[in-house]
Amino acid sequence: MNPENKQHSDQDKQTSSPQGGCAGGSCGGGGSGSAPTRRSFLRTSAVAAGGLAAAMAALKPLMELESEDLPTVEKFLQKHYKEMDAEEMQKALTRISGEVEKRFDQRPDIRDIKPMDGVEFVYALNLTRCIGCRKCVHACVAENNQSRSPEIQYIRVLEMPRGTTNIEKGNHHYDRPKVPDNDHFYMPVQCHQCAQPPCVKVCPVEATWQEADGITVIDYDWCIGCRYCEAACPYWARRFNFTKPKLPKKDLNPNMAYLSNRPRPKGVVEKCTFCLHLTREGKMPACLEVCPTGARKFGNVLDPNSEVSQILKTNRVFVLKEEVGTLPRFFYYFDERYPGSDEAMADKISQTS
Amino acid sequence: MKAYLKFLYRCFKRSFVGGWKYHLWLGFLFTIALVGLNAYCRQYVYGLGTTGMTDQVSWGVYIANFTFLVGVAASAVMLVIPVYIYKREELHHLVIFGELLAVSAIIMCLLFIVVDLGRPDQMHHMMLRFHFPVSILTWDVIALNGYLLLNLHIPGYLIYCAYNKRKPHKNFVVPFVFIAIAWAISIHTVTAFLYSGLGARPFWNSAVIAPRFLASAFAAGPALLIITLQMIRHFTHWKVERQALLTLRSIVTVAMFINMFLLGSEWFTEFYTDSVHVASAKYLYLGLDGKSALVPWIRTSFILNMVALIVLVLPISRRLRVLNVACSMLFIGIWIEKGMGLIIPGFIPTPLGEIVEYTPTLNETLVSLGIWATGFLIYTILVRITVPVLSGRLTVDADSFDGGRLDFAKEEDLTAINYQ
Ligand code: SF4
Ligand code: SF4
Repeated sequence: MNPENKQHSDQDKQTSSPQGGCAGGSCGGGGSGSAPTRRSFLRTSAVAAGGLAAAMAALKPLMELESEDLPTVEKFLQKHYKEMDAEEMQKALTRISGEVEKRFDQRPDIRDIKPMDGVEFVYALNLTRCIGCRKCVHACVAENNQSRSPEIQYIRVLEMPRGTTNIEKGNHHYDRPKVPDNDHFYMPVQCHQCAQPPCVKVCPVEATWQEADGITVIDYDWCIGCRYCEAACPYWARRFNFTKPKLPKKDLNPNMAYLSNRPRPKGVVEKCTFCLHLTREGKMPACLEVCPTGARKFGNVLDPNSEVSQILKTNRVFVLKEEVGTLPRFFYYFDERYPGSDEAMADKISQTS
Repeated sequence: MKAYLKFLYRCFKRSFVGGWKYHLWLGFLFTIALVGLNAYCRQYVYGLGTTGMTDQVSWGVYIANFTFLVGVAASAVMLVIPVYIYKREELHHLVIFGELLAVSAIIMCLLFIVVDLGRPDQMHHMMLRFHFPVSILTWDVIALNGYLLLNLHIPGYLIYCAYNKRKPHKNFVVPFVFIAIAWAISIHTVTAFLYSGLGARPFWNSAVIAPRFLASAFAAGPALLIITLQMIRHFTHWKVERQALLTLRSIVTVAMFINMFLLGSEWFTEFYTDSVHVASAKYLYLGLDGKSALVPWIRTSFILNMVALIVLVLPISRRLRVLNVACSMLFIGIWIEKGMGLIIPGFIPTPLGEIVEYTPTLNETLVSLGIWATGFLIYTILVRITVPVLSGRLTVDADSFDGGRLDFAKEEDLTAINYQ
């Protein structure tokens, strides 16, 4: 027999009076309550008190939560982007611009910009011209208020050995004093704004969707941060805020839209939006504006006279990983070096045969 | 209703009663759970940057453990099938313990998902705009929660009946059992589809993923059950029939054979074809471009699985000690294979061909350990309540204390479940 058990009877006498002090009176209700049960239960309440204290200690890191990270009622009640009416959207914009002003000492110009009618954006990138200078990468970061530390970049430029378009052969971290290198060509990759985007399909809360002009956007206030979309994207276009994005006050771009470059909270996913706060107002995306070689072309594919329509019609373009079937709106092409070379070649072949 | 609350209250009370070993065990689990909670609070404040995950490897041990535990939960059904379809009576009570195991495993699964979210404070968006049926993740939410409810209902009802000394009514059990069987298969299939539906990840984008999930689950789950049943047998003096354990042993063996066969088919397809899609498999088994963090893991897993399988086939594993060792090896082997070996290589190389390796951080490991401890804590308490109720020591009119001498309780044979 366990020595503890022998002492049950006298222990019980001693402890019978403080028993009433048990939390919530829970000690008395058991009915049958034989002596050992009661004693053990008393001991358990002491342990429970200790356990509770330990639990409080475990929760201590929560004290460091910054006030702006605390969930507020307003944020909690905010609806999904597509369900907000004009007034509710206005309220959300006011809230966001207040938050931005508090954090950056600067009143932003934040709008909810809708897609234009009859517009479908596509991008075309001339691989003959791209020299791999990564100016687009940095212009994008500056334009879209990405976190500077850790730095989040939407565009990845691959240095590819000549003779292959297999991106597994690309070098992501090339670092040369001078570009371009003659044995390589350069291939920038960013969100391809797929017409059949798998990232949209997988999102469990519809926090990301495709808009009428073909741009896939994210409601940063709706995303739950499961990163399923990140796993589903075949072009590795999505980035997650693993920690609170750090953006120095002086670097804020105050021209912003709800669905694109407003500052993001930690724990949500973001990606290239074709700079919709610029392009939906008739301007060009930041990566295109900064490109020193004119390798980047952007425009409305529904307009037959746009430059991109011309390129798609006359150049031999290709998309990355066509086999995954996501129908990208981002095309690559090479310069046609000999205009009419096809006919010349055909003539030559027919002569020799 | 009042009676039911009283039942719950008495169960709650009973769960604290036990000898010092029992309390030590609870204290141990509770402490680890709190350490995990503490680590999670740090993660909540700082963000998922406290983990080893990156944009390149965007899911890590959380999702790996989740995937593995879905399998454990699903395997409860492996006990139900022989009982209700082949009328193997020796497994009858084990079903209850298997289903309680499923309950604990599912709770762990849900916890692993929650700690993986970047914004757990916005989880309610799931209810407001449920992207069903397009997103497979929403299917999984339904499947897991439904399975949890089913598995709470069946043993809960049987236990409550035993408590009230009533015979359980067939119609409240048997139909649910059959639904649970189908459901168990579905939770695992749906979880496999989470991965195999992604064209961006050739390593997962294979039809064999779902069957392999099922096969390995039906090996790992009963293996864990063999071990836990022997613990119950050891600590409660409740007689688990030897025959029952041997039936489980054959289930494990067959499932493991199928698993190995499917693995072989996968290897053949990947390595014989030798297309660019083989990169992830190469990384996993051989290392790629000098990066080979997962290779020692997967080789260990393979050796453990093979040795366990050989032992299981030999008659020597009819000795329960040997059986325990084999089952432990198998459990660890499958944990590595299904967790680290399936989730991580899916991200390496990235869709753009970059190779970034992943190692879990200390904080992430603590959170995971905390969840495992919570699961074991729940299972211990559920078993602690179930044993006295089923043996008639805790009923409406009897609440006899079971001594506290033995760590759980000294119990006689459980009364058989007879339906009305
Ligand atoms: S490139 Fe990726 S993120 Fe962009 S639309 Fe396609 S799948 Fe989505
Ligand atoms: S991370 Fe956000 S946007 Fe991506 S699938 Fe999850 S909830 Fe949707």
